[in-house]
Amino acid sequence: MLIIIEDFGLSVIRLFEYIGGLVFLFLETLGWIGRGSIRPRLTVEQMAILGVNSILIVVVTTAFAGAVLSLELAKQAVKFGVGRYVGGGVAIAMIREFGPMLTAIVVAGRAGSAITAELGSMKVTEQIDALMALATNPVRYLVVPRFLACIVMIPMLTMFANLAGTTGGGIVAYFLAGIEPHIFLNSIKNTVILSDLWRGLDKSIVFAAEIALVSCFQGLNTTGGAAGVGQATTGSVVYSIILIFISNFLLSAWLFPIH
Amino acid sequence: MNKEPMITIRNLTMRLGGRDVLHNVNLEIGRGETLVVMGLSGVGKSTLLKCMTGLLKPANGTIIIEGKDITKLKPAELNELRKNIGMVFQSPALFDSLTVGENVAFGLREHTRLPEEEIQRIVAEKLAIVDLEGMESLFPSQLSGGMQKRASLARTITTNPEVILYDEPTTGLDPIMSNVINELIMYLQKEFSVTSVVVTHDLESAFKIGNQIAMLYEAVIVEKGSPEEIKKSENPVVKQFITGSALGPIKV
Ligand SMILES: Nc1ncnc2c1ncn2[C@@H]1O[C@H](COP(=O)(O)OP(=O)(O)OP(=O)(O)O)[C@@H](O)[C@H]1O
Ligand SMILES: [Mg+2]
Repeated sequence: MLIIIEDFGLSVIRLFEYIGGLVFLFLETLGWIGRGSIRPRLTVEQMAILGVNSILIVVVTTAFAGAVLSLELAKQAVKFGVGRYVGGGVAIAMIREFGPMLTAIVVAGRAGSAITAELGSMKVTEQIDALMALATNPVRYLVVPRFLACIVMIPMLTMFANLAGTTGGGIVAYFLAGIEPHIFLNSIKNTVILSDLWRGLDKSIVFAAEIALVSCFQGLNTTGGAAGVGQATTGSVVYSIILIFISNFLLSAWLFPIH
Repeated sequence: MNKEPMITIRNLTMRLGGRDVLHNVNLEIGRGETLVVMGLSGVGKSTLLKCMTGLLKPANGTIIIEGKDITKLKPAELNELRKNIGMVFQSPALFDSLTVGENVAFGLREHTRLPEEEIQRIVAEKLAIVDLEGMESLFPSQLSGGMQKRASLARTITTNPEVILYDEPTTGLDPIMSNVINELIMYLQKEFSVTSVVVTHDLESAFKIGNQIAMLYEAVIVEKGSPEEIKKSENPVVKQFITGSALGPIKV
């Protein structure tokens, strides 16, 4: 019993240490950005890598998510004779929730893991040490460009995701429930307001920061050779996704209150 | 030569994995002097070098380089001092996402505002010194182990640091190339008064390049002296080490 309590205590301490580490990394990153210490070439390079790596998988997954959403909604809606509202339902769900969430999850799996693997292997092969020995701060050189790339690219990808999901929904609504495209679009126009879009994108900026910080933190703290890199990478995806889900709930409760 | 030592290490204790890898180590390295550190594999030589460039924080003790205690510097001050301390890593630690040329140019691009042609010229010159002419556009993974080691050496010397820490610079090199590196270390000392600490297992090069040789054994410096003194040493550990005998206090 005592051992269990001790173990539990130890994990709580580790959890707080971990969160403390993330916060510290966040502050240091903001510090460099605040001082204008941004490397345009490295940042653009990271933006390109992130965008290219993720765009296809983001579009495909969200298109099908929108499609399945529309499938379920349209079935019910047509039964109750309110098929003309399906477009708005799909678009709201995509723009407020599924677009930002799914994009973040997919990017955490695709690009976040790649960041951890890259920084982790640099850590275990002493390249991070070499960087420091060459009088270069690893947060400034490695984390800041990746952080900025995430902050810029993930909301952009989210916009593509919103578009893909809604389009997927529209296609399914037409072919499986016979809802005409102009009715689908009209419903969107009547339901979605611009602030839905902005709030959804605000969420995706928070997710982007979480992904960037977790994946860089995991990478920079990798130990234990190649096996360690694998563990750090898995951890990076798992922790990012947990954080995304928790913060998504909190943000939705705050940004989209029930009137 | 300036009387004040370039590097002074006092009572350095470094704990790793629950034991003292270094225990109350004291060393002085004069300006423009080359100190060779010898010792068995795993004794803590790399650890000593990493402490000297602030990559590892010792549990106790001070390391004073150019009058500054490296264990107590703020990050920005440490970075400033590091511009003057080069380190050649045992694992070559080249940046594998950059080409050899970009690796060698790294310090110049980060810390100087030299024009691109000038950087290219310096890089070509340094690569030629380590016999890697024209290999700028290759990636580290396309080089052999020994070539990586030499590229790493080139990366360290491009910014002309006053202090260079070499972690086994000739391990894995053929005898001819080893000699080229030894000559380079001596040339840098002669021409630019570089202060060096060289970790090596290679006795021949140790006696050739070292002004002082220190032997690290069981977390402490058991002997330090000129190459002649070391050769004549009566210390059983040193004697066994330089004769490579299986018999003696060192358990094999
Ligand atoms: N991160 C670490 N955690 C725990 N122990 C470590 C760590 N790094 C090094 N050690 C231990 O410290 C000791 C010294 O290691 P170090 O790399 O300095 O040896 P070395 O003298 O350079 O050996 P070699 O000649 O083989 O390179 C080793 O016994 C090693 O097990
Ligand atoms: Mg070593």
